[in-house]
Amino acid sequence: MKRLLSIGFALAAALGAAEAGAQELTGTLKNIKETGTITLGHRDSSIPFSYLDDNQKPIGYAMDICYKIVDAVKKELKLDKLEVKLNPVTSSTRIPLLANGTIDLECGSTTNNAERQKQISFTNTHFLTASRYVSKKSSKLNSIDDLKGKAVVSTAGTTNIKQLTEANAARGLNVNIIPAKDHAEAFLMVETDRAVAFVMDDILLASLVAGSKTPDNYVISKDAFSKPEPYGIMLRKDDPAFKKVVDAATAALYTGGEGQKIYDKWFTQKIPPKGLNLNTPIAAELKNEFAKPSDSPDPDSYK
Amino acid sequence: MNYHWNWQIFFEPNPTGSGTYLDMLLSGLALTIKTALTAWIIALVFGSVVGVLRTLPSKVAGWIGFCYVEFFRNMPLLVQLFLWFFVLPELLPRAAGLWLKQMPNAPFWTASIGVGLFMSARVAVQLAAGIASLPRGQKQAATALGLTTAQTYRYVLLPMAYRIILPPLTSEFLNTVKNTAVAITIGLIELTGQARAMQEFSFQVFEAFTAATIMYLLVNIVVVTGMRFLERKVAIPGYIAGK
Repeated sequence: MKRLLSIGFALAAALGAAEAGAQELTGTLKNIKETGTITLGHRDSSIPFSYLDDNQKPIGYAMDICYKIVDAVKKELKLDKLEVKLNPVTSSTRIPLLANGTIDLECGSTTNNAERQKQISFTNTHFLTASRYVSKKSSKLNSIDDLKGKAVVSTAGTTNIKQLTEANAARGLNVNIIPAKDHAEAFLMVETDRAVAFVMDDILLASLVAGSKTPDNYVISKDAFSKPEPYGIMLRKDDPAFKKVVDAATAALYTGGEGQKIYDKWFTQKIPPKGLNLNTPIAAELKNEFAKPSDSPDPDSYK
Repeated sequence: MNYHWNWQIFFEPNPTGSGTYLDMLLSGLALTIKTALTAWIIALVFGSVVGVLRTLPSKVAGWIGFCYVEFFRNMPLLVQLFLWFFVLPELLPRAAGLWLKQMPNAPFWTASIGVGLFMSARVAVQLAAGIASLPRGQKQAATALGLTTAQTYRYVLLPMAYRIILPPLTSEFLNTVKNTAVAITIGLIELTGQARAMQEFSFQVFEAFTAATIMYLLVNIVVVTGMRFLERKVAIPGYIAGK
């Protein structure tokens, strides 16, 4: 009888615990636990954040961080096995696919700003980048004022083209702004002299230059159109439980020094598939952010 | 689905400082209409010339028409625009190429001409078919009356052929409007381009593309209604298109 009772108690306790556990889990975490899978959204050519290598496998700085988040989620949910699915996204599809639950995290180079936070959430910033311009060395454009009256290209629908428009009006540059469909095409416009300069996030410019036919012919400006702006990994809004796990995982990664190691791997060493080296050591602002991780969309908070 | 609908977004100011998001889309719509009309005029002019060439008795003319049509209709429009915009200036002498590249509004003219020539091949085929569908007796009667070939086309064949092909021409006009969307690949920020820009700025994807869809639909309804009206207006009683 006593034994039966204790079994009964144990069962009740186990059931109660299971129930309590199930109640705690909501949203994305619940979904991951039930299906045993987590889906990462990746880009195909956002070098070195998230892109395809020669085996068509997504790799990159943001992918490495996402895999660390996956490990943390697996630990949090006490799963023996967590299957990782990969789903390619573009700038047009990343929001719908995140909203309808196809992907759980977007691992790429998405700028975190206040307006976008009305739709989705970002975890701790993994990179900071400012708007600069790339031009041919031969055109000798040393400062923003040298762009006066020339044709300058930027990618349509980016924060960069907005900053260029603002600077154009504020400084009376009288620049002819050409919008391009994507980064590759915008760079092609500079390559073929349709435009003298291309305004974009400096790190993307560095990767375009490194990947071009003649990297030595191009120079990235010292002048910037903006303060360094944060990149973040996207997740669904209004899912505090999942965000807490993801934030804790990235915070531990950055403060523990491992973030810096992953950074060095992608930004200061040769990266596949072509062995490019971006030669971009970590900036002071990002180093500060790694010490005190933050998901703020405000550039001023990263000084 | 975890999506935050916000239909008020259209009345919020857009970050480029040129009014609201709705203004942004409307400016795209205006550019779409401008491009489509320019392209359609080019398509009609070149399509008519080539369509006539294909039906002339001269073998050389027929061959030229054949080559033109096959060249323009067998290549994807996207590829054609890319060739016009990026490749053509490199093939020209350096000065001419540079002039072409630095022309203001280059994407607009390239898109109008590119889409126009692409559509002209389709117009040409239809016009040729329209002319071929006329009874042979009409051409023979015109010749018997002593009309020259030019007069035969001007006064006998073309007036009837155009009336016959009006319904398919309506769909080509609609296609012209829709094909202008391809021009975002060469940096023409028309309606689709502005919808994409709105999506990038605000992350309200579904609202942006719903609005763009409705705008395309409205433009095309106007085109269809206008063409119907034209069909009725020019119909000749007793013939195919008339009652």
